[in-house]
Amino acid sequence: MEKRVVFRSWWLPYVLVAPQLAITIVFFFWPAGQAVWQSLLAQDPFGISVEFVGLENFANLVADEHYLASFQVTAVFSLLVAGVGMSVSLLLAVFADRAIRGAGLYKTLIIWPYAVAPVVAAILWLFLFNPTLGVVAHWMRALGMTWDPLLDSGDALALIVIAATWKQVSYNFLFFLAGLQSIPKSLIEAAAIDGAGPGRRFWTIVFPLLSPTTFFLLVVNIIHAFFDTFAIVDAATGGGPGQATEILVYKVYKDGFKALDLGGSAAQSVILMAIVIALTVVQFRYIERKVQY
Amino acid sequence: MAKVEFRNVRKSYGALQVIHGVDASVADGEFIVIVGPSGCGKSTLLRMVAGLEAITEGEIAIGDRVVNALEPKDRDIAMVFQNYALYPHMSVYDNMAYGLKIRGMSKTDIDERVKRAAGILELGPLLDRRPRQLSGGQRQRVAMGRAIVREPKVFLFDEPLSNLDAKLRVQMRFEIQKLHRQLGTTALYVTHDQVEAMTLAHRMIVMNAGRAEQVGTPMEVYDDPATRFVAGFIGSPSMNFLSGKGAGTGRVALAHGGIVRHANGQVDTGRDVVVGIRPEHLVECGAPDAMFSAVVELVEQLGADTLVHLRHGEDAAVVRQPHSRQREAGTTMHVTADPARVYLFDAGSGARIR
Repeated sequence: MEKRVVFRSWWLPYVLVAPQLAITIVFFFWPAGQAVWQSLLAQDPFGISVEFVGLENFANLVADEHYLASFQVTAVFSLLVAGVGMSVSLLLAVFADRAIRGAGLYKTLIIWPYAVAPVVAAILWLFLFNPTLGVVAHWMRALGMTWDPLLDSGDALALIVIAATWKQVSYNFLFFLAGLQSIPKSLIEAAAIDGAGPGRRFWTIVFPLLSPTTFFLLVVNIIHAFFDTFAIVDAATGGGPGQATEILVYKVYKDGFKALDLGGSAAQSVILMAIVIALTVVQFRYIERKVQY
Repeated sequence: MAKVEFRNVRKSYGALQVIHGVDASVADGEFIVIVGPSGCGKSTLLRMVAGLEAITEGEIAIGDRVVNALEPKDRDIAMVFQNYALYPHMSVYDNMAYGLKIRGMSKTDIDERVKRAAGILELGPLLDRRPRQLSGGQRQRVAMGRAIVREPKVFLFDEPLSNLDAKLRVQMRFEIQKLHRQLGTTALYVTHDQVEAMTLAHRMIVMNAGRAEQVGTPMEVYDDPATRFVAGFIGSPSMNFLSGKGAGTGRVALAHGGIVRHANGQVDTGRDVVVGIRPEHLVECGAPDAMFSAVVELVEQLGADTLVHLRHGEDAAVVRQPHSRQREAGTTMHVTADPARVYLFDAGSGARIR
């Protein structure tokens, strides 16, 4: 039975939801509406004249090879961050799940990076990998590897992938560990008696049972890579060299605030917004249906 | 099929020893129930047979092979877990086929074995379902199916019925018995339920605090308990224990009045003993014939039987009477028993005095 609360005065329910509504309106609907409106306008860099151009900004974007390149960079970057980040964290979680001694310490150490601000993380990795100062860059040179994230676009992408992944591993780790711990031990024992070795047990029992966690993390990681990595890109590479690490969210900022193309930038943010809404819908649909067992 | 031998099996966790040297041998095709209260080490013992727990000391042999160093998969055993441990993401069919697939059996052989097991357990219509779509009893049957398709040398059951409701438990108990008659595979069955132990076992191992206190057929254990613990654990309602002292040949003076006659010969006069008499062996009698007299504290009518709870000083006793006679709380009841049905135990060690 659904329980319905009946208020005596007609205004009380509205007052109760007002703070939440106010926050959503001020911080989401208003700016989002502004962005949509802006995306239909063209403005000169000094803000003196504004002209309604309809969907011209979007048409320009679709025709702009830089924008399409940025899409590609973002796709590669997100897949790498999600893929590498989740694989590493799953591996760490499997180890942590087996650890008996020092499990608490081990977990704490892995969770720490999550508390580090993205900019700090970026600068940390920037220093480690700096071609002239960095310790890691020094080792790499000693091993005969060429490394220069300031000039080589692949190296630059690798750098921000590492920084963004490192930040996200803690988060993924926590979820994977919780997921692993919720799998009854007797299932693993039953599989062992059935004759499955450790590898087989993992791939046929543990991994399928983790699939809800994995799916949730995939969505979260892609959203993280799309949006939360702005600070990392800004501090580590500034989108360079060239546009090699210019992910979509960074390009929004650069076109809007550096190149002062407000209409084009707004159009890009509208597209980003559409992407995140789509991802969220997919996730909720999936979770609504629960997972296949 | 195979025999199973326990040779001075011990288990320690660090400095803490939880199993203190169990010796037992299980004959080929025998159904052995390991019974005891929770924490007595019965599950640990079973898990050592399965290979899920390391054996600290001693040996376990299945057939003629010592299995101490073997992985679970190499021991040729199958286990039914208390929570069934069905793979939730697989259909009933795949749950049963999993172990066979891993062993590289051909598709047609797997199909044949799974269908046969499903036939025996009446799981035919459920083969495509997922475990969560099944009732508790059906899951239990799938868990047994997964064990029997493997055609192992030994079945291990770890409290398989304790998650079922009372009615289903009786039914599954019957089915397990039937299944064992049909397959004849050696089985080790762990339970804390003495009724399950009595009804299922060919022989039972009664465990207490990491020791096997008695190994024997259900009736041997009931009629001739080796220790006070076994006497109290097997039988329901459990045996009455009354403290007393030896008072010459065939007589024990109870601490709270009364003389119990027993058939255990000489007990040193003044030696502290515990007298054990089962509720079903106490009979009401007239005051002159009574072994002791006590105040009725509570009367429980169970329909066929009536349990009369007596208060005898600091000791309590229960009398099981076959039919309901009206009896008021607060009245005095005189009781006696066949001296051959009176057991004596050492007050300190709990060992049986014969």
